[in-house]
Amino acid sequence: MAESASKGQDFESVLSDSATEVAEFEDDRQGFVYKFQNLLHQNPAIVPLIVLVAAIVIFGALLGNKFFSPFALTLILQQVQIVGIVAAAQSLVILTAGIDLSVGAIMVLSSVVMGQFTFRYGLPPAVSVMCGLACGTFFGFVNGWLVAKVKLPPFIVTLGMWQIVLATNFLYSANETIRSQDIAEKAALLQIFGYKFKFYGAVFTVGAIFMVLLVLVLAYVLRQTSWGRHVYAVGDDPEAAELSGVQVSRILISVYMLSGLICAFAGWALIGRLGSVSPTAGQLANIESITAVVIGGISLFGGRGSILGTLFGALIVGVFTLGLRLLGTDPQWTFLLIGVLIIAAVAVDQWIRKVSV
Amino acid sequence: MEPILKARNLVKRFGRVTALDGADFDLLPGEILSVIGDNGAGKSVMIKALSGALQVDSGDMFLEGNAFHFHSPIDARAAGIETVYQTLAMSPALSIADNMFMGRELRRPGLRGRLLRQLDRRAMEKFSREKLTELGLLTIQNINQAVETLSGGQRQGIAVARAAAFGSKVIILDEPTAALGVKESRRVLELIADVKSRGISIVLISHNMPHVFEISDRIHIHRLGKRLTVIKPDEFSMSDAVAFMTGAKRPEQEMAA
Repeated sequence: MAESASKGQDFESVLSDSATEVAEFEDDRQGFVYKFQNLLHQNPAIVPLIVLVAAIVIFGALLGNKFFSPFALTLILQQVQIVGIVAAAQSLVILTAGIDLSVGAIMVLSSVVMGQFTFRYGLPPAVSVMCGLACGTFFGFVNGWLVAKVKLPPFIVTLGMWQIVLATNFLYSANETIRSQDIAEKAALLQIFGYKFKFYGAVFTVGAIFMVLLVLVLAYVLRQTSWGRHVYAVGDDPEAAELSGVQVSRILISVYMLSGLICAFAGWALIGRLGSVSPTAGQLANIESITAVVIGGISLFGGRGSILGTLFGALIVGVFTLGLRLLGTDPQWTFLLIGVLIIAAVAVDQWIRKVSV
Repeated sequence: MEPILKARNLVKRFGRVTALDGADFDLLPGEILSVIGDNGAGKSVMIKALSGALQVDSGDMFLEGNAFHFHSPIDARAAGIETVYQTLAMSPALSIADNMFMGRELRRPGLRGRLLRQLDRRAMEKFSREKLTELGLLTIQNINQAVETLSGGQRQGIAVARAAAFGSKVIILDEPTAALGVKESRRVLELIADVKSRGISIVLISHNMPHVFEISDRIHIHRLGKRLTVIKPDEFSMSDAVAFMTGAKRPEQEMAA
């Protein structure tokens, strides 16, 4: 090295005396706001968690035991289970800087496939469930393939797929509802997500537990496995990810397939929640899932946010809905407040990001 | 001597624009070859073809005498060619360690790695920290910092450290010192010399003539989509090289060396 250094330019000769310790800085910005902003930057799920806790405390103070009972709090879990599961699928897609408008339609079609395969063709319920899950995964694959290989914008692909899947759903089901009693009698497996555990007044359904477990598993996968890191990298900057050795199209297709599969599970949970199989159910799942994701602090531009935030986002919506209903207000107040929350969530997201710029 | 990396008659067109017009390329084992040329001469396109980031329309490429055709940078990396791109190819929201190991993450030993596919974060952080210290990037305080919180020079340093850590046969550096300070540039040049002493061949693309002349064994001059000539830095002056690459002067024998 000495030889090459001697060939260097004159002004470089003083380099040999330069400092060698790792730089350390006294951070004089010790204010609470600054620390808080930094904390939020590192843990993006904290904002929705704070809002969730605050909402529970406020409604608890206003409503007392009517709201603060194990029954009411677990009722919220039951009410958000479908949206929560679908929002988990939506989070994955949004982390890759995409959006999936077909989640609701895939969910309903999958539930219809599970029901009709059992009752129209007489297949064993377990086989029908498999077919329903495969159906959701298939449509997810088509979405992913169009986005990754044909390079169409996710918004357009899933907007089209939403219509296609929904129409398929109505054509195939002939708009027929399968009644709850029939399912309970002949194919109880389809309703398994509605099965309830009672525990000191708290009521947990299989669906609610599934939602929480699903989010925890996805949180682990996104943080602790290379597939998860690649999902973030693809959402952050797909070209950089490709150059640094991520198989971008494979990741995208796998994300949309997983999203379709999770939506099919949501369809299964939907049968448990409603009791029946209805092709007209779940029409708001798209918008509600995107709402949960945004309130949960996941950036619509991709690559940032935590799936735990999505769970908190879904729960916030549930707390507001139940709390305001128990207060006896007009349901429109719920929508109004959720609108405010969406805008506030994005504003907070922008503020947090200032730490990095 | 048989070149370790060789290309013949590469052609690449983007619509009406011809970026490579029958370009040749030779990198000898264990040497530092600089590639210089005006903006738009096609240096970056040639480098991208060699590193698998884009596919040429025609032409042949050989690594250690064997013809190859890379479909993606992953193929090139698997073959032992690492590239530091001008754009650096980093994910800004992810940490330094995440970026260093992007696409080749380490899994935890035992069941947690095999079954749960859990990453070995501690090992990746330790390795990244060592590599950055080797490169003298001491102003990086936290290996878990998001890359977006770093300065441009620090980012470049990390990209260089990544290539140096994993390259086994050839390392290609596209403008590695463009955003670096005096001290950091010097470190990168020392690192390049150090990597060379380990027997790895290096391709350096740079506009910095003093650096090019100081460190190169040979200089490939690229002009109008092809190789104009290859010179030795001790036989020509910097102004000769600039005259060749801008077309002010023609080399005596085309295709020297």
